[in-house]
Amino acid sequence: MHLKDYCLFLLVMAGVTYLLRAVPFVLLKGKIKSRFWRSFLAYVPYTVLAAMTVPAIFYSTDSKLSGACALVAAVVASLLGLGLVGVAVVACVTVLGIDGIMLLV
Amino acid sequence: MRFSNGVKDGLPIGLGYFAVSFSFGIAGSKLLSWPLVTFISMTNLTSAGQFAGLQIMADAAGTFIEMAIATFFINLRYSLMAISLSQKVAPSFGTFKRLLLATGLTDEIYALAVSQKEPVTARYFAGLMVLPYIGWSSGTMCGAICGEILPAVVTNALGVALYGMFVAIVVPQMKVSRSTLIAVLIAIACSLAFKYVPALSGVTVGFAIIICALVASLLGAAFFPIKDNVEKTEGDTCT
Repeated sequence: MHLKDYCLFLLVMAGVTYLLRAVPFVLLKGKIKSRFWRSFLAYVPYTVLAAMTVPAIFYSTDSKLSGACALVAAVVASLLGLGLVGVAVVACVTVLGIDGIMLLV
Repeated sequence: MRFSNGVKDGLPIGLGYFAVSFSFGIAGSKLLSWPLVTFISMTNLTSAGQFAGLQIMADAAGTFIEMAIATFFINLRYSLMAISLSQKVAPSFGTFKRLLLATGLTDEIYALAVSQKEPVTARYFAGLMVLPYIGWSSGTMCGAICGEILPAVVTNALGVALYGMFVAIVVPQMKVSRSTLIAVLIAIACSLAFKYVPALSGVTVGFAIIICALVASLLGAAFFPIKDNVEKTEGDTCT
């Protein structure tokens, strides 16, 4: 890949991302009065993350099995009270274990 | 809400980002030299958006328009988060500070900032983004440099860390708020439909995420509106 193409791709990617963050952040100075829209915004982070995780996690590893197990393990770890890094480690170790076993079988 | 409080709160995110961006570095090292891969992370600070961007760069037929559209849809959620966070920041968090710190608006930093009891100050937010930014950039660099050294079974396992972090953010809220639980389940059902229902499978991943989040959040807002003046238990109206 040419350096010029890389620079243009990077400019597009970083520019669009920055504007998506900065423009609404700067323009909205007042509080939103509507209870409906405040409720909507309260739900957004959780619904976005959920939609990004399922079903993508099933396809992020060598097999659907290890991806599915990682999801279950992460949910259980989170329910047991583990934090951000703890849950991530549990998910990684689960995949490492299952894909490792599959390699050996 | 001092700078140092933010730095402390940002530490777990920074550590998590190091692990996640390590896998981005590994993926990137197959296409670009390590300084170029690292520079993507330093200028973007997004997970899914960067992964998609890398795929478009790797595609010989990838165009700048495609890059712009994909980035727009995958990262459109940041606009929703920016709107949401703008409701939560202190009055002293002015335009210039917002322009300067907007790059720090990621899923996890947003989730942490918005869950604070007090209004978020610019100092606290700046502190919050320091370690995640360093973690994300340095993780990418390390991943890109040792991308060729580690076996695939290890790099695959590291790749799932991102989703583990997402689960760790969503599940605790589902536990305390039944209405969030329902909204999340709707989002998941919708997301599964985009993947497995043939008529819907033509929709791109980024666009599918936006639709799922919009539908689930709109339904949540319509059927379980949050109580007024209740900040911490937002979304939980099942009393």
